[in-house]
Amino acid sequence: MIIAQQKPVKDVAAMISNCKKVLLVGCAGCVTVCLAGGEKETEVMASSLRIMRKMEDNPLETVTYTATRQCDPEYVDMLGNMVQDVDAIVSLACGVGVQYLAERFNDKWVVPALDTKFIGGSTVHGNWEEKCGLCGDCILHRTGGICPIIRCSKSILNGPCGGSQYGKCEISKDVDCAWQLIYDRMSALGKLDKLMEFQPPKDWSKSRDGGPRKAVREDVMID
Amino acid sequence: MKTESKLQKILDNGQFAVTAEIGPPKHSSAEGIRHHAEMMRDYVDATNITDNQTAIVRLSSIAAGVHVQSCGIEPIVQMTCRDRNRIAMQSDLLGAYSLGMRNVLCLSGDHQKFGNHPTSKNVYDIDSMQLIYYLRRMRDEKLFFSGEEIKEHEPRFFIGAVANPFADPFEFRVARLEKKVEAGAQFIQTQCIFDMERFERFMEMVRERGIHERVHILAGVTPMKSWRAAKYIQNNVSGMIVPDELVERLKNAEDPKREGVEICIEQIKYIKENIKGVHGVHVMAIAWEEVVPEIVERSGLYPRPKVD
Repeated sequence: MIIAQQKPVKDVAAMISNCKKVLLVGCAGCVTVCLAGGEKETEVMASSLRIMRKMEDNPLETVTYTATRQCDPEYVDMLGNMVQDVDAIVSLACGVGVQYLAERFNDKWVVPALDTKFIGGSTVHGNWEEKCGLCGDCILHRTGGICPIIRCSKSILNGPCGGSQYGKCEISKDVDCAWQLIYDRMSALGKLDKLMEFQPPKDWSKSRDGGPRKAVREDVMID
Repeated sequence: MKTESKLQKILDNGQFAVTAEIGPPKHSSAEGIRHHAEMMRDYVDATNITDNQTAIVRLSSIAAGVHVQSCGIEPIVQMTCRDRNRIAMQSDLLGAYSLGMRNVLCLSGDHQKFGNHPTSKNVYDIDSMQLIYYLRRMRDEKLFFSGEEIKEHEPRFFIGAVANPFADPFEFRVARLEKKVEAGAQFIQTQCIFDMERFERFMEMVRERGIHERVHILAGVTPMKSWRAAKYIQNNVSGMIVPDELVERLKNAEDPKREGVEICIEQIKYIKENIKGVHGVHVMAIAWEEVVPEIVERSGLYPRPKVD
């Protein structure tokens, strides 16, 4: 899932400092699961903003709504009437949701309340970690199910580099060396010979370097 | 594959090679580089020119290589994968060759986190293994990285790579070295050796696989200026091992700088006499280039061989 984190409330407040009434839109998708922009977080953000503005003697009116998914036009459409009389929309979704709102309500000022961090999963409650680099050309079958594109700080495909020591990456003792993990796993699977195969460079045109990507499934298209 | 590299001729002749390192400055004057090159000229066969080492912005390695070359010393241009994509790399390689560079050392490069621009974006379009592989293909098969033909004047570099016997997983270090040799590396410079026992074990594994017969390995040594410097590396530099005895020896020395030089000379002599399969030394006197001639001379490696 997409992992996002809230921006500091004062930063969000600064984006809407000239507004009298705003709509805060949460999202029931990924950001609910990672506790950044679900219904509860949206209500808390709204009340924090109201309190801040009240203390400044410049009260703010808020309306809140949590969409099933902000990355889907049919759920964004449901905001309809709520948008009309607000000065701005604060999205508590990932960057996709913010853009869907901005596209749908193109005469409204739409601001992000979250920083979209990465795609990953949770380890223990309250902890998430990055697992996929969205490279568009998965190679996990060659690296023991561990992604060097995003988990190696240098995205090395023929690792480990000379900075790997005691299982950790050179950038920090808190970061596992992805290639040590790959080595350990391949070793346990009896497939170390695979690591001797030369891995060619990535085709980055399948990643962001090919421009914004699209995925099409004609078999499920309705029109 | 033969190149015009003087370093290659010396190594292929079976002579024990000596390389050193010149770190370009954080400004735009070549005066210091030229001074160091002139000072080292008769004492080393070639010098590495570091490429924005520890991710600190410095005068370019290729430009510095030209200065060094004009002082009569053969440069080994270092190229890291951190700062250039495959387009910029090839362009710089063609440019370097046109300027007379004949040796390239391929490295991953230190992460930018350690440098003076920690908020920069790293590139790592290709890794050091791939750089070695494609450099060899440029020379031997006249192909750009993409596979497009180089119609004429392909760059014909003597290709170097690095190996770190002190990084982990230790068992895989020799295998990865072999992978680099298979990709096309012709000479290898190792990370600074402080833990001689570990280096000996590494070389034993190298010999078991016969890698020393397929590549020239130059053992990396670094004279230490103080016990604090040794301690700092011991605690803070990932992929390096500094034994406590070394720190203690420097700590107890009356003149630690002298002691650092003595230790370095002892190491070189030990490696040359006792460790089979090592074809030279790479003296990394970091920010202490002045000491290189003395180390070379007192290690019994002076004068250097003449090459036509």
